[in-house]
Amino acid sequence: MSTTETERTPPREPEAPRGVSRRGDTIFAGLAKGSGLFIMLALAGVALFLVLQSLPAIGASGENAYGADNIVLYIWPLLFGTVLAAIIALVIATPLAIGVALVISVYAPRRIARLLGYLIDLLAAVPSVVYGLWGRETLQSWVFPIYQWLADNLGWIPLFAGPVTTGRTILTAGIVLAVMALPIITALCREVFAQTPTMHKEAALALGATRWEMIKMAVFPYSRSGVTSAILLGLGRALGETMAVALVLSASGVITINLISSQNPSTIAASIALNYANASGIKTNVLIAGGLVLFVVTFAVNFLGRWLAARGQAKG
Amino acid sequence: MAKSIDISDVNIYYGDFLAVQGVNMTVKARQVTAFIGPSGCGKSTVLRTLNRMHEVIPGARVEGKVVVDGQSLYDPSVDPVAVRRQIGMVFQRPNPFPTMSIYDNVLAGNKLNAKKMKKDEADSIVEKSLKGANLWNEVKDRLAKPGMGLSGGQQQRLCIARAIAVEPQVLLMDEPCSALDPISTSAIEDLIHELKSDYTIVIVTHNMQQAARVSDETGFFNLKATGEPGQLVEFNSTTKMFSNPDEPATEAYISGRFG
Amino acid sequence: MAQTTQTRPPGPDDTASVPLTKPQLPGWAPALAAVVAFGAAALVGLLLGWGVVGIVAVGWILLLIGLPAWSTAVEGSRKGTDRLVGTVVWSTLALALLPLIAVLWEVISRGAPALNATFFTASQSGVLGAGGGIYHAIMGTLIVTLIATVISVPIGIMAAIYLVEYGKKNRLSQVLTFLIDVMTGIPSIVAGLFALALFTLIFGPGVRMAVGGSIALSVLMIPIVVRSTEEMLKLVPDELREGAYALGVPKWRTIVKVVLPTALGGIVTGATLAVARVAGETAPLLLIVGTFRATNFNPFDGAMATLPVLIFSEATRGGLQEYIPFQLERAWGAALVLIIIVMALNLLARVVGSYFSPKTGR
Repeated sequence: MSTTETERTPPREPEAPRGVSRRGDTIFAGLAKGSGLFIMLALAGVALFLVLQSLPAIGASGENAYGADNIVLYIWPLLFGTVLAAIIALVIATPLAIGVALVISVYAPRRIARLLGYLIDLLAAVPSVVYGLWGRETLQSWVFPIYQWLADNLGWIPLFAGPVTTGRTILTAGIVLAVMALPIITALCREVFAQTPTMHKEAALALGATRWEMIKMAVFPYSRSGVTSAILLGLGRALGETMAVALVLSASGVITINLISSQNPSTIAASIALNYANASGIKTNVLIAGGLVLFVVTFAVNFLGRWLAARGQAKG
Repeated sequence: MAKSIDISDVNIYYGDFLAVQGVNMTVKARQVTAFIGPSGCGKSTVLRTLNRMHEVIPGARVEGKVVVDGQSLYDPSVDPVAVRRQIGMVFQRPNPFPTMSIYDNVLAGNKLNAKKMKKDEADSIVEKSLKGANLWNEVKDRLAKPGMGLSGGQQQRLCIARAIAVEPQVLLMDEPCSALDPISTSAIEDLIHELKSDYTIVIVTHNMQQAARVSDETGFFNLKATGEPGQLVEFNSTTKMFSNPDEPATEAYISGRFG
Repeated sequence: MAQTTQTRPPGPDDTASVPLTKPQLPGWAPALAAVVAFGAAALVGLLLGWGVVGIVAVGWILLLIGLPAWSTAVEGSRKGTDRLVGTVVWSTLALALLPLIAVLWEVISRGAPALNATFFTASQSGVLGAGGGIYHAIMGTLIVTLIATVISVPIGIMAAIYLVEYGKKNRLSQVLTFLIDVMTGIPSIVAGLFALALFTLIFGPGVRMAVGGSIALSVLMIPIVVRSTEEMLKLVPDELREGAYALGVPKWRTIVKVVLPTALGGIVTGATLAVARVAGETAPLLLIVGTFRATNFNPFDGAMATLPVLIFSEATRGGLQEYIPFQLERAWGAALVLIIIVMALNLLARVVGSYFSPKTGR
């Protein structure tokens, strides 16, 4: 931006040499384009470095691959844990987010709706490490008796088989992730709901629909793809989240759908955060390979989400 | 049976802003009543108070009485949902539900009340309503197609079919032809003539010729002055209104001296 | 009427007079239902010795069944369904705000005792159990975030200018828009790995450097800045630009003197929110900046403490049993300070936004 000042053209000189302003234009346009190209370069750099640094990990095994026979066997359980935690988060967050978005965009009076919008945005402003700390220190003790109850009464469902010895399970991690994904999904759903054309809402109301019938007739059909894309973008956030899981989960790297036992799968991001400090040589490359897989998965999810959102907009 | 509407001392607010002041009139049953006047004088606002659609806008409220068939619409015991069910509305821009077929659009209102409708019963309502809206012959072979695929005029007639499918007592039309071409407009006007025998119709229009063509009685709305609330200047039979109005302001507007 | 083939429009039965009044619940019905439901739950709960959670859960279920049932009985099933959905929807709001309140309460109540003068002025240098402060981490967070801002904001704004002012819908700007969308979704730890890989390549393995953290944060921050700036620039009416062109002002001066000042409020708001967003990022800093117990002001030399990483490492450090309470207190204290910083930035963004926002009269 400072260059804009050095290339100043005197404003009160109409006969100033044309070339000056043209040079100013060229430089400024060049800077703008350069910034754009720089961003592309940076992103290419991210991908390139991840790929290059992952290559040595392909042959890793045994000690170097954290006890797994090969890199695939190392990453697979982590990927499972990543997806499981994210799915738990979405199962919890999606209905809540749609409900909250409905309150803000349909139910609440306008002034209260604004306030609620701010509050939900505050939820997004809390740093993830603080959520992690809260999950590790507070939430786990709240949910512990609930898990015990679940294991005692619903233990025949594989999800709640137990045994319950800690509150720091994958379900707790999922709950924390849900809290973090909630504001994103809510914000996007709110936007979509608010974009429902008034004329369709009024058409429903004029036919004598109650508020809920109006939502079913006018709001939901209009926002289906928008809500789907909001869920996918929330999924992207939950997949990549590191600190909350690293702090909350007491992981042992197994593959299980038992949500409340002390034997929990870990996630890619958390395992990188927890292992990087002691990693050296090939181990570093193994961790980076994990990061590459995470990158690809979140990219795919986000891409799908954006694509749906764009398609929904084009249609509406 | 079509119902008459008595409007007395109605003031309409948007928040603190008084939009329309002191409206008194009686809309007769089985007649077409037109509201005319320049833009922003509150014609549509008054129309929307007749089926409590006005209060859908945040902060909007109404003072005074609107009585339909002896029942005051703004009585606390009155359910706005029931009001809208009895008093149908057609909007300025055609607004069929985009995700529904023509068939489902017509039945949208009926489905709200009767959860399970027999197929032949539903079919007969659709046919009757579409015939009532003069649309049957054009769409009978593509009832399952989306309503958005129709032309603007057809969409508007679909909206009219949707409104009459629930057999309301009154039909409100808020500039129903303003988004349509002249041919579609004339189709709608013909339809209004036919519907008159069964419904009380109130139509807002900024097209004076249209008011003269379709209506039996006409209300002229205008702002008292710039920045002042809108008011009902004159309410009279359409013939009198367009030949020999009582108020000079009406005369000025109708003869095209302003607005 | 039903089986007719008549072509006349359907008319309502002439004799029917449908009442518009329906029995309705009064406006205070939901409040009454809530009081009764939770009151009953509390009464029974206290007698049977349930916890607070049990009482609230049972009360909620009572409300969820009671109000719609009452409404169905009085107002009919359609209204009953409407009330049921309304109750559920408002409940989701309560449930969603619960963690916010719980987190803030916990952070304040457990973090506040840690705050004192030493906490803000001392580092952890030579501290084992109690004592010391987080001065080093506050400074570290400020340095790392400041450098990230200095890198991201100019690049982000210029890229947005390119997208809106120069590259209208050309191939490059389409690709760029897409890539920025992709960048928005990069997990923070991947950004950290990128910085780590980059610096490992240049400086060899085991490198720790604060500026690396800034670069990782920039990867996260740039797309946010571009997005928000782009939105703001698009809001600037074309008439303003054309007005300036018509006066013979070159394009770049039009942008600098007309377009940017018009959009300034929104751009500053967006940038501030972006700073707030990355100031709390932990994962990338953990990888490349590391931890350090003393104060380090040089971003190009060695590890540096930052608030988020300090919270993480104090919470997970373990060690001697007698030290753990002090470590936890420090973590909560640092969390409180971090939240205050982030919230202050958010508040600042809103104030700036409303101060600069164009007065449209509405």
